[in-house]
Amino acid sequence: MAHATTHTVSHGGAHGGHHDEHWVKKYLWSTDHKIIAFQYLFTGMAMALVGAFMAYVFRMQLAFPGSNVPLWGVVSPGQYNALITNHGSIMIFWVAMPVLIAGFGNYLIPLMIGADDMVFPRINRLSYQLFLLSAIILLASLVVPNGGFGGAWTAYPPLSANRVYNTTPYGASLWVLAVAIEFVAFLLGGINFIVTAMNSRAKGMRAFDVPIVVWTIVIASILFMASVGPLIAGAVMLLFDQLAGTSFFNPNRGGDPILWQHLFWFFGHPEVYVVLLPAMGIVAEVMTVFARKKLFAYQTVIYTIIGTGVLSFFVWAHHQFVAGIDPRMANVFTVTTVLVSVPIAEMCFVYIATLYGGSIQFSTPMLWALAFLAEFLIGGVTGIYLGASGLDVFYHDTYFVVAHFHYTFFPIAIIAVFAGITFWFPKMFGRMMSDGWGKVHFWGTIIPFNAIFIPLFILGAYGEHRRIFDYHNFPHLATPEMQALRITATVALVVMLLFQPVFLWNFIRSIAAGPKADRNPWHANTLEWTADSPPPHGNWAELPECHRGPYEYSVEGRPTDFWPQDEQA
Amino acid sequence: MTGHAHTEAHAHPNYVKIWAILVVLLVVSVTGPMLGVRVVTLIAAFGIALVKAYLVAKNFMHLNVEKPVVHWALGVALTLMVLLYAGLAPDVQRSKGERWEKSAGFHYMSDAARGAMEHEGHGDKPAGH
Amino acid sequence: MSTKTIATTRSATGVPTGRLAVWWVLVSEIVIFGGLLVSYIMHRLGHPEWAEEASHTNTWAGAFNTLVLLSSSLSAVLAHKAASHGDGKRAAALLRVTVLGGLVFLVVKSFEWTHEIREGFTLQAGGFWSYYYTAAGLHAFHVIAGMGLMLWVAGTAAKNEELHRVENVGIYWHFVDMVWIFLFPLLYIAK
Repeated sequence: MAHATTHTVSHGGAHGGHHDEHWVKKYLWSTDHKIIAFQYLFTGMAMALVGAFMAYVFRMQLAFPGSNVPLWGVVSPGQYNALITNHGSIMIFWVAMPVLIAGFGNYLIPLMIGADDMVFPRINRLSYQLFLLSAIILLASLVVPNGGFGGAWTAYPPLSANRVYNTTPYGASLWVLAVAIEFVAFLLGGINFIVTAMNSRAKGMRAFDVPIVVWTIVIASILFMASVGPLIAGAVMLLFDQLAGTSFFNPNRGGDPILWQHLFWFFGHPEVYVVLLPAMGIVAEVMTVFARKKLFAYQTVIYTIIGTGVLSFFVWAHHQFVAGIDPRMANVFTVTTVLVSVPIAEMCFVYIATLYGGSIQFSTPMLWALAFLAEFLIGGVTGIYLGASGLDVFYHDTYFVVAHFHYTFFPIAIIAVFAGITFWFPKMFGRMMSDGWGKVHFWGTIIPFNAIFIPLFILGAYGEHRRIFDYHNFPHLATPEMQALRITATVALVVMLLFQPVFLWNFIRSIAAGPKADRNPWHANTLEWTADSPPPHGNWAELPECHRGPYEYSVEGRPTDFWPQDEQA
Repeated sequence: MTGHAHTEAHAHPNYVKIWAILVVLLVVSVTGPMLGVRVVTLIAAFGIALVKAYLVAKNFMHLNVEKPVVHWALGVALTLMVLLYAGLAPDVQRSKGERWEKSAGFHYMSDAARGAMEHEGHGDKPAGH
Repeated sequence: MSTKTIATTRSATGVPTGRLAVWWVLVSEIVIFGGLLVSYIMHRLGHPEWAEEASHTNTWAGAFNTLVLLSSSLSAVLAHKAASHGDGKRAAALLRVTVLGGLVFLVVKSFEWTHEIREGFTLQAGGFWSYYYTAAGLHAFHVIAGMGLMLWVAGTAAKNEELHRVENVGIYWHFVDMVWIFLFPLLYIAK
């Protein structure tokens, strides 16, 4: 099928392809990895708005208990529980994962390895459609009779299994169903990423020529696949307990609720590395480009990441230190938990070593990358407090834990994501974002972020329990000083949310009318910057070959401080 | 498009012969437990299952000529299941430990809380029983 | 319009992409079934009294179904052999025989379950039965999925197209067979 190619539309080698596709086929039914990436990205961003709104409502309740929250009304206890449950679930499963893994993975992997698309484009499309279905089911669970599930994102039975206890029979089952379908969607997507990265590399691209973000996304996909299986089994068991009268988790009839805890955390702990690794990969890419320096100890980093993944399977019971596990097991898990912080600390040192002596350009993406390093360090260090079982006896289920995981998750799901979006925006949309407004958005996010969660560390250290709707029931926690900290955190959250329209405005306006971007505005080495901005269907008219590693920046004796991977020697 | 480019040539063993061996093993695994000796039952049922699985993997799935990376991936998955068992069994398989016991009469709520719930009209019989 | 990408045709690992993908699918299935079966094994070993409930399973039905699945694995691998010799029509026919085997399996299972439910051994009847129906049900779901996939592959193979898919779908089917090879002693013999 011959086509006349124009300079705006070019087709990759093996494709037929139609010039004038109906917009439904082009944007909603596409098999192009870039379109599917946008679908995941925009769905994730929309869900982030939902999750952020939930945080606003419940934080208003915490700061001003019983008050009429603007845009919501008075918050009932059941609503409070549903809000915190779904805030957590949405942010992890419907924001962090789709944006970091499916969004960036879909966009970057074929482009960075010099392929025209994923190996299975139709399964790729199916995985997004399943994901979208899961998001719709989750949102539906919020509006059914009796409201959304309120048993925390960890969904421990018997609360989650028994409708008399949780009082949300529809919400609880829809929640489980949404999570299970989302898992299947990511299994399908993950297989695409793994096989594409393993098999479809450009000619000449050896394993260590592959950019680190591709490695991290693929390893994260493998980690996810290996850890989620038992929880999928567990989710089926929970659904059956809820709906079919089975007794998997019902001790009155021979089941065991602790089984769920183990199945959940066997997945839950590797899961945090599933989202952390792509974020670290993105930050590494941004740092090398804006420091004009190669990634320090790149090969060792790959082994470190694999080692972290392996270790992450041996730490899960640190979430169960006070669940009644054998204290001798707690010893074991304390040791492994503290051990797993070592490779991540090494990664942070690698970042610093990469920056050291570099020609730092403080562009917006670089600011986000630097913020990731600083904020994640706080999160990681406070994790060590929690990993020590003796301390955890006090800290478990306090706001110290909440602050710890926000100092890790926020860098992962928000900071690294903004780094990635501002960095790859020119490639994705063929335009430049406004760097000035990007910086306004950056400071307007980072400073309030710290003002939200530092008070929460203090509150946690004072003993403030998690998942409590109104602290007036706990007089020693309802002192004016503690309430002042809660109000501070809430006000900071509102300020942070008020700065987000700056990003949305910058994003949308730049797509429509930003200055046109050329192929390689950042002067980067990796293959995606050799394609047009934005790349056409099939990415290149002629697929590139790879002649060197991805981080040959500031190489001695060269006229430029970068050396694209596809340039002939 | 024939797709021939992807099939590598490898020798095909006598598949019917393998199948016959599998059937014989199946018969042994059914008749063995009939003897009623526990050790024989375990070996006949599970030992033979392992042998059957090995034969299917090697001869039908051609794992013997598959690249190492596939062996690694499968091996890691199976090892993880062993880890899962080792990590969970101390809590889930046992019915009592040094200072705890799982009993059928386990109640989630104190009697006071249960009374309060009954008073509110929810009833104490959870659905799904 | 074909969505076959150049990416699909590359093979840096030496394993063709379709087959590599099926192996990764199996990795994910091992941990799903593994999670369920590990949970079952722990409960079964921890509840010796379940032996009474387990004694009501129909060993002959289970054994017959094992025979059926083993035989369907034979026809699946013979289909692969035919495909590797370029004989698409024979491969398609053998795949359809395999699907028939799956159908027989499901029919036997439905009789088996109907009988057990009539006797009062329902999903809610006890801990053992919760696992029995869930594990065998999850397996049966994979049998149905496999049947659908094989019919789809057979359709194209009959035209001598995409013959490599015959081997790949066969690998999936052998895995389904293998899960049953372990389910059979776990659910039917350990009494």
